[in-house]
Amino acid sequence: MTGGKSVQERYRRLKESALLREEDLYRRPVVRVGMATCGIAAGAAPVKEAFTRFIEEKGIDARVVEVGCMGHCYAEPLAIISKPGFPALCYGYLDEDLVERLVEDFLLNDDPCYEFALVALETNDVFPTFSDFPRGVHEQKIVLEHCGFIDPGDIDQYIATGGYGALAGALAGEPAAVLERVKESHLRGRGGAGFPAGLKWEAAVRAGGSEKYVICNADEGDPGAFMDRSILESCPHQVIEGMLLCAYAVGAAQGYLYIRAEYPLAVKRVQLALEQAREKGLLGTAILGTPFNCDLEIFMGSGAFVCGESSALVRSMEGLMGIPATRPPRLAESGFRGRPTVLNNVKTFAYIPPIINRGVDWFRSIGTAENPGTAVFSLVGKVSHTGLVEVPMGTTLRELIEDVGEGVPNDKAFKAAQIGGPSGGCLPEASLDIPIDFDSLQEAGAIMGSGGLVVLDEDDCMVAIARYFLEFTQQESCGKCTFCRLGTKHMLDILTAITEGRGEPEHLEILAQLAGDVKEGSLCNLGKTAPNPILTTLRYFREEYEAHIKEKRCPALMCKDLIVYYIEPSLCSKLCSVCVGSCPTEAIYTRTDGLKAIDQDKCTKCDNCLKTCPPDYNAVIKLSPPELLAEKEGKGS
Amino acid sequence: MSLIEGEEELIRNGVAEALLDHDRARESLIPLLLKVQGKLGYLPALAMELIAEALQIPAVDVYGLATFYNRFRLNPPGKHQIQVCMGTACYMVGGDIALDCFERRLEIGEDETTPDREFSLERVACVGCCTMAPVVVVDELVEGHVTPTRVDGILLSFGREIPKSAEKTEQEGENSP
Repeated sequence: MTGGKSVQERYRRLKESALLREEDLYRRPVVRVGMATCGIAAGAAPVKEAFTRFIEEKGIDARVVEVGCMGHCYAEPLAIISKPGFPALCYGYLDEDLVERLVEDFLLNDDPCYEFALVALETNDVFPTFSDFPRGVHEQKIVLEHCGFIDPGDIDQYIATGGYGALAGALAGEPAAVLERVKESHLRGRGGAGFPAGLKWEAAVRAGGSEKYVICNADEGDPGAFMDRSILESCPHQVIEGMLLCAYAVGAAQGYLYIRAEYPLAVKRVQLALEQAREKGLLGTAILGTPFNCDLEIFMGSGAFVCGESSALVRSMEGLMGIPATRPPRLAESGFRGRPTVLNNVKTFAYIPPIINRGVDWFRSIGTAENPGTAVFSLVGKVSHTGLVEVPMGTTLRELIEDVGEGVPNDKAFKAAQIGGPSGGCLPEASLDIPIDFDSLQEAGAIMGSGGLVVLDEDDCMVAIARYFLEFTQQESCGKCTFCRLGTKHMLDILTAITEGRGEPEHLEILAQLAGDVKEGSLCNLGKTAPNPILTTLRYFREEYEAHIKEKRCPALMCKDLIVYYIEPSLCSKLCSVCVGSCPTEAIYTRTDGLKAIDQDKCTKCDNCLKTCPPDYNAVIKLSPPELLAEKEGKGS
Repeated sequence: MSLIEGEEELIRNGVAEALLDHDRARESLIPLLLKVQGKLGYLPALAMELIAEALQIPAVDVYGLATFYNRFRLNPPGKHQIQVCMGTACYMVGGDIALDCFERRLEIGEDETTPDREFSLERVACVGCCTMAPVVVVDELVEGHVTPTRVDGILLSFGREIPKSAEKTEQEGENSP
């Protein structure tokens, strides 16, 4: 494109003013409070308010800034305090008292209260940084690089990190150069299937025609995954820049961000980001003074898991029910409004600016040959350090769970890693050493999916898990294909029967058969992958199914119909009646000897007595099968 | 559900207002429904009919969409909306227990509203706060680590007394004030 010099010149001016503002900001102490949905849920709003209030009360010249999520969700509410003369320090588990102390001791005086600090952000002589922890050794951030460190509501902070530089550089050259780079990078789409992004874009270029669209899929409906939400809330500009680069490469003048309506904060922050980009001349007509025009809009998705499938997503944007269509034609040939459309996931777009900026070689040096780059996981469930993590492809599951997540808490034994959400599978201990990439996971029976990783421990019943996921896919099946519509229902009925103690020996065979049929007979990936949770649990945890069916026993003591709660008299104390007060149905009574017991007819198995029984006693236990109760009571009283 | 007094006018105005901001095209249907629901709290039958008329499409198409997508509700919400997250992480640590507790205390089922329209209860797929599981969203405020005791605490914070004796409530067969 002509006028390459003037583009770079315009960008240079933008960046200079952004850097000046940043320099001015950090001349004084700055408190950055993590305010993504997860942080707010953990109580970041009162923490931020407390910082502002105490700083004002003490008359300190300091700023309080809202940032997104750093990924260390377990320690929230979090704040980063930068004070000139000290390394930037991150503090977790904040509350009002701690905030007051930090303001008084650190901001007013010069004691950084190291005892409360979690980590330092830059190398220094006094306090460890991220790379001094196991997590920091494995973690390598590309998509999440700026998340939690910059204010998503201030475009200048993104520009100051070099943001929109990739766009300026690309606009100074030809669109084909961008496409070439993305193709060479071997970037695979991060929506789940791992289709090479460059090939998708190329098909859209080839499709010809003057009207094309770029769509960002942020319809994150996978229960257990929240990275797309977090990225949009923490660093929306990186996604926007990626979309603009894509639009430039394929020749699109209009794009949409399809965001779940359940993510109001993400919608709000993206909206603000779009406005700011427009003001700076980075979005809309004549971007950075070039003839390139492209505008982006938000489309709010209304909650249908099947809309993660691209053709269903496009149909829902056209005001129809989100029902997948037969392919070909692919979206790249005929998509939104029948025009060539490139549809990629939030993370895929977020990779584009760093790839353009730092080059193909850098990107391909991370991860494995077939799966370059990183994988972003929301690490949740029975793991000590829950949160968002980004590790190079090829990292093993064991490293991810034991080093990055710091293992299973409360001395419990690891049982399985559920990976890939309802379309994924449960992998046992023995599979933990497989490297994380699209292909290896598929071989093991799971999928990369959108990157939800739920760690399960000995207290989790694998049959109940399979049932849970099937219930989800069964509800979300759009109903187009018979096998998916009826097959999932039938499988769900069988699993329900098994968890309620009505399982029959032939059920396992029927399940396996149905699972194969549903896989074969479904059009889209929702149906094709719906049986995965059953297939993997049957493959790796068959003995649990058998215990449910043959012995009517739930080995993990989770299936409500197969367990009873019992207070062990030899452990119970006359001096304590916490459980009595905690029981919502008044099922617990005091026996004549002062010990407590449960009226089984009233018990709803809510687990509250077990949770509240003081660790000194731990007298509440679960029994399975329920017949054990008669035996116990015969002996106990 | 029958409309209360003055509601019809409210619906007509709400729909008319929403129609001002959108093209009368099929593509506007979902944004329109979201906007109308945002104004009215739910999608009454009348609103769907008015929208169908304005877009010149059959009313059943509007109803089809409203029932296909989870976000839309056809019943009026309670004054306080309780959404229990049933994402994987929440389910694993007792999301269903929290849902049970609300059902028991409010004496309504999933997707229902208490007769006094004070509380409505629903399950949502995943609100993306998996690290604080089990999570309940009460009027947009996210509550983490919700145990049966916390359920009572939440309801108490809205002035809903917990029945002193479960038996008593059973006998009376209605909510305590």
